Amino acid sequence: MKIGKQSWIFSNKPIITSAATVGGPFEGKGKLAKDIDLLHKDLYMNQPSYEQAHQQLIEDATKLTVQKANLRYDNIDFFISGDLINQMTPTNFAARTHKIPFLGLFNACATSAGGLALAALIINSKSGNHVITGAVSHNAAVEKQFRYPTEYGAQKPPSAQWTVTGGGFCIVSQAGTGPVITRATIGRVMDLNQSDPFNMGAAMAPAAADTILSHLNDHQLSIDHYDLIVTGDLGAIGRDLLIELLKKEQIDLQKDKLVDAGLSIYKEDQNVFSGGSGAGCSTLYLYSKIIADLNNKKLNRILLVATGALLSPLSTLQKQSIPVIAHAVAIESEGN
Amino acid sequence: MLTTNKQKYQQLATEHDKKRPLLRNCIRAFLVGGTICLIGQCISFFYMYFFDFTEQTVGDPTTATLIFITMILTGLGIYDKIAQFAGAGSAVPVTGFGNAVISSAIEHRSEGFVQGVGANMFKLAGSVILFGVFSAFVIALIKTALINLGVI
Repeated sequence: MKIGKQSWIFSNKPIITSAATVGGPFEGKGKLAKDIDLLHKDLYMNQPSYEQAHQQLIEDATKLTVQKANLRYDNIDFFISGDLINQMTPTNFAARTHKIPFLGLFNACATSAGGLALAALIINSKSGNHVITGAVSHNAAVEKQFRYPTEYGAQKPPSAQWTVTGGGFCIVSQAGTGPVITRATIGRVMDLNQSDPFNMGAAMAPAAADTILSHLNDHQLSIDHYDLIVTGDLGAIGRDLLIELLKKEQIDLQKDKLVDAGLSIYKEDQNVFSGGSGAGCSTLYLYSKIIADLNNKKLNRILLVATGALLSPLSTLQKQSIPVIAHAVAIESEGN
Repeated sequence: MLTTNKQKYQQLATEHDKKRPLLRNCIRAFLVGGTICLIGQCISFFYMYFFDFTEQTVGDPTTATLIFITMILTGLGIYDKIAQFAGAGSAVPVTGFGNAVISSAIEHRSEGFVQGVGANMFKLAGSVILFGVFSAFVIALIKTALINLGVI
């Protein structure tokens, strides 16, 4: 049901019954390694190209998610996902493999939250029994798409971010056990004239702030309603900017109540500049760690705010500023 | 709904931006770039001492050798790590040019030899060649004009 200007409230309890994650070799050395279901040793993942390796990650993650739910591909009604590679071939080709009816979604790195909100909407309106949604990214495929060749020696500034290899999927169902999706807010595209593609955090922070403000306003909630706000890939700079922006709007978000997925995947010594990023960044953290914490009641209510920078290499070269978006999804532990 | 505007936000974003460590980058670039040149000089001496090269002719084999070393380092995934440390130090010498060509060739290998490697090899280095040749042309034009005018 729509509430306020741009939000949904889900009264029929869409449940996240299963979630699984995959990662690459660099993620295997990170903080989350023990929580990731499948880690690849090699960036090529036995595929001839990085794009196909990207596709392999999606296939692995969806397969694991379905297996964990004790279901078959046939039982899943819809598949909602997307990625950042040309014409979204990794996701489109993965959808060719498992043949689940498919909706491709592009909101850059906010695809994860957008997909989750849509999945919850479908389940809440009883338009399906099981929907699988999530997103994955692949470092080398994304670098090739947006930046320089992977082996090219260009020095990155400290504000740059590191695209995550990996990600995760979840199944949202009408019945079962698991955390419940209660609310969502669909973001609008913002542009505060940021144009540095090596400082995505600064570009995306206003979108996160705007969506959080709209979410609280639409649902008439205070920020304290949530135990934790989980942002996707704001990184160190974006995270600080988000806190500042909210402070200016009289919302006091404590540092310990805001966790950024991009800052939670790698260890300090892995030198990922300002933090992790990518479509798989939020899902890798959410479905490896947060869902488990909700399941064993370490957390009760969280708000996922995934942000996306809607630029292309072409728009950057043509000197356009970076439009950004953020979607928010509230997830609560069952029986709350 | 967010009430900030572009100017105010730009100010805030600038305050929170992580500055590039300019001095540190310059020192590193100087040291690594200098080391690459030193290696080049050693290679030059090697060719002049052991082979029949003079100071005028040793440039070509030295450049070729440096590019060959770059090719190995790029292929093994080492050159980009050196570059993150060195910045301009590894980008400005001829090894940086070599790395730009070789990394593009490796990157586009999956699209085939003609449309992939061939078409993309000079994606990054192409502008160096274009503007290098063009500026040489302009300088030569100026020099010729000055000679004809009797200035030099």
